[in-house]
Amino acid sequence: MDWLYVLMPIAGVKIFWPGLIILGVGVGVIGGFFGMGGAWMVTPGLNILGFPMAFAIGTDIAHMAGKSLISTMRHGKFGNVDYKLGCIMIVGTVAGFEVGAQMIMWLEKLGAVDRVVRWLYLVLLALIAWMVFADVAKRLRKEREAKMAGKELDKLATGLEWHKTFHKIKIPPMVHLKTAGIYCSAWLPIGVSFFTGWLAGILGIGGGLIRMPALIYLVGCPTHVAVGTDLFEVMISGLYGAGTYTYKGRTELVAAIIMLVGASVGAQIGSVATKYIKGYGIRIAFGLAVVGCFVSVLLKLIPVYYPAVNQICDVSATVLILGLVTALSIYITVKMVQGAQREVAAKKAKV
Amino acid sequence: MKRLLGWMALMVATLWVTGTALAAGGGGAAPIVIVADTRRLSGIMAWWANLYNESHVYFTILTIVIIPVVGVIFGVLADVVMSHIGIDLKSRELAEH
Repeated sequence: MDWLYVLMPIAGVKIFWPGLIILGVGVGVIGGFFGMGGAWMVTPGLNILGFPMAFAIGTDIAHMAGKSLISTMRHGKFGNVDYKLGCIMIVGTVAGFEVGAQMIMWLEKLGAVDRVVRWLYLVLLALIAWMVFADVAKRLRKEREAKMAGKELDKLATGLEWHKTFHKIKIPPMVHLKTAGIYCSAWLPIGVSFFTGWLAGILGIGGGLIRMPALIYLVGCPTHVAVGTDLFEVMISGLYGAGTYTYKGRTELVAAIIMLVGASVGAQIGSVATKYIKGYGIRIAFGLAVVGCFVSVLLKLIPVYYPAVNQICDVSATVLILGLVTALSIYITVKMVQGAQREVAAKKAKV
Repeated sequence: MKRLLGWMALMVATLWVTGTALAAGGGGAAPIVIVADTRRLSGIMAWWANLYNESHVYFTILTIVIIPVVGVIFGVLADVVMSHIGIDLKSRELAEH
């Protein structure tokens, strides 16, 4: 069974390559569907396959750039990418990320980095999950009220509408973002991207997990456009991250390319699935993914205070993440196949 | 509205000042150099590992070029396969519910 293993030239470890492809498919599906890189899923996955942690992070970022490019190409064809918004946000993201990274260096000197980062991550995930489910509940209430009044709710109506308050800020220059259907001050996307970039820099993540809901709730993008535009951002920041990690010698390109074989298929499935699942379906699934991520981070934090349960928590966190990736991938793939079957059947019926 | 603007200005100022102060105070740690073991490798893998050992700059440039190129190739290939399914891959209905 030696042929199932590849010797990685830089890391010097033998890796089970079908595992890399399976991981690529899973994260491709989820990334293409939610509009994020999915570092929180891939890094532990690569680590389990045998990569040292430093190589796991670098390789993940390198593969993330390629995978996001594939998803962006597909979302671009659907009209889900607001390139103007993406380009404006890059400025804030890069600046914010650098400030966040410098802040981490400072925390490292204080020796408190691990605990601060994990607690901050927990608070942030709880906040995002609350935001998503509060939005869904409010949207359902609006739908019920409209039904009782004998009206139909607008197709693009949303629950939480914080973005409307932010759109009232008229600090020049004002920008018209056609694809997203937004007219606002350019400082809004710059400010939001700086804030999300800063958080990403502190937490050491790509930022898609924060940027996607921020694009929806703070900037006011429709869900599909938020997914597509965020992937465009992930692609750019992924390439930048791949550059810095590779220069530090922490990227295994061979593994990244093997993962891309699976991710190219997965990214297409995830991106096309957004055609058949409406905005709130995506938001609810995203909320569940965030809850799963919250529990896994919590499981990693418990052993800091109770070292006796270290092994149980570690195994539970890994099982939870891999289980979540599998369940979400299956759900998205099934929805995509069902939608495609319906569309093909409808086309045949027309002919 | 004025209150909201005030809060936003305060937040941006706080982030800016903290960030600049931290950026000024941060010092770099000594980098750890990892050397690839080429003894067990042959062919293109050995060449790749040697490139890594000889120049991180060339290695980085090539990695940054290869990733998007491979992404585009795989993306186009997957596109060709998907187009055979018979679904419309160029439009979608925008709706939140």
